[in-house]
Amino acid sequence: MTLRLSAVTYRYAGAHRDALTGIDLELPAGSVLGVVGPNESGKSTLCLVASGLAPVVVGGRISGSITIDGRATIGMRPHELAQRCGILFQNPQAQLSGTASTVFEELAFGPRNLGLPLATVIERVESSLEALGIAGLADRDPDRLSGGQVQLVALAAILALGPDILILDEPTSQLDPQGTRLVGEALRRLARENRTAILVVEHKTALLDQLADRVIVIDAGRLVREGSSAEVLADPALVELGVEPPPRVRVRSALTGAGLRPPDEADRVLAELDR
Amino acid sequence: MIPIEIQGVSFTYPGGVRALSGVDLGVAPGETLGIVGQNGSGKSTLVRHLNGLLRPTQGRILLDGSGVGRRHVAELAAVVGIAFQDPDRQIFAGRVRTEVAFGPRNLGLHGAELDRRVREALEVVGLGGAADENPYDLGYSRRKLLAIASVLAMRTPIVVLDEPTTGQDLRGVARVRSIVAALAADGRTVITISHDMRFVAETFRRVVVMRAGQVVLDGTPADVFGESSWGVLASTYLEPPLAARVGARLGLGSTPTEASLVAALAARG
Repeated sequence: MTLRLSAVTYRYAGAHRDALTGIDLELPAGSVLGVVGPNESGKSTLCLVASGLAPVVVGGRISGSITIDGRATIGMRPHELAQRCGILFQNPQAQLSGTASTVFEELAFGPRNLGLPLATVIERVESSLEALGIAGLADRDPDRLSGGQVQLVALAAILALGPDILILDEPTSQLDPQGTRLVGEALRRLARENRTAILVVEHKTALLDQLADRVIVIDAGRLVREGSSAEVLADPALVELGVEPPPRVRVRSALTGAGLRPPDEADRVLAELDR
Repeated sequence: MIPIEIQGVSFTYPGGVRALSGVDLGVAPGETLGIVGQNGSGKSTLVRHLNGLLRPTQGRILLDGSGVGRRHVAELAAVVGIAFQDPDRQIFAGRVRTEVAFGPRNLGLHGAELDRRVREALEVVGLGGAADENPYDLGYSRRKLLAIASVLAMRTPIVVLDEPTTGQDLRGVARVRSIVAALAADGRTVITISHDMRFVAETFRRVVVMRAGQVVLDGTPADVFGESSWGVLASTYLEPPLAARVGARLGLGSTPTEASLVAALAARG
């Protein structure tokens, strides 16, 4: 499924200015779109709007159009939308049902509410746990997990719903480097194998460097830059916007900027380390 | 100025999850310490022992030579301030100013002195203009900074920050780094949990690596991210910052930060 936003402008209820202005973007099936930008630039709002939670649940005023495979989502009923489009919030604690006594039950909660047969529910829960390397947490109490573990459980719960479109607001913010790698690999597999369309907001540009096909930059509610991830993430202007370039880009400019090594030498060393 | 001595501390959560196994760690007044390790390795559990939120199953913790065990959480709150990982578990007030005033008010401050504390703490985290807003109208990154401001306003000799850079952009991370530097310059102890190796290498004088409830590495960033530690780091699924790997590749010794990498190259000529 392809998600498309055309000239989308959104303002929260009671706010004095637009949180997003004239956003155009396309998220085709099987693609990963990275979203970067400074704090409070509208990235989380973009997640709420793209997933349809704003304005339907959050309130506020929207103009422009949002479509999934050509069908307008504005006006779609929340449960219809939820089956097509899953969203992971920035604060994963807010995501858990609070009703499950084990991680396994927490993950089963969504698929069961979709009315899926029990065997399918179990299969989905197990494969989601496996994909994120947290099968060992299945019997744990969701209230007694570390911050990073909660984040993996919240993401697994979304994966278990099997949405065609995934909207992720900093899915790895509380994860250790290994958890971050596993999430990156799981998302890449979803895009390649299941043709899931993925929009992911991330401050960890190293992850986007490996995961995203394209990257957009949001600043003050506007889309200010768009291109292939290699091109956008190497743009020196990112720093002025408050976005940290990936380590590869930073170390390369540290090596070459001081005039200490010729650029091809720096590239050779970095390429060797990548292997 | 208050030294911390953690002596043989083990902790098992009700339900049987063993989170700490015999941790020994001394932290001198004015030290800046970064704690890294996998999710679930015991980092947050360890720091929650410092203000008595958790009590060790075995072992003991001394602050200024006296055991934490006999002291109340309220008393310890004047000594150890912890900004938690999840700001929403900490924030409860309807106004930013009220939120930050809560701690120092409980320490007995009021009037102009209280106002000054609140104003200064908000300025330090860059929320000076948001004093009258509702915390829940702030985005996640600013709620994190608000949680830090609330702890700073307490002016505790020991400050603990649990993943302070989560959700912060480049400027937010730089702000956290300058907060740590300012606290250290003031002689206060700063203990910070983080998954961002570059931030840790650039910000702290000492780095502790935890694995399965134990301390497995403890030293300067150059020690902990130097080549001789890579085996232990790998056993905790951590990687040194890219600058350290490049420095080792170029035969420059341990260069945990980009600045030290550039300096080592310059020194080699």
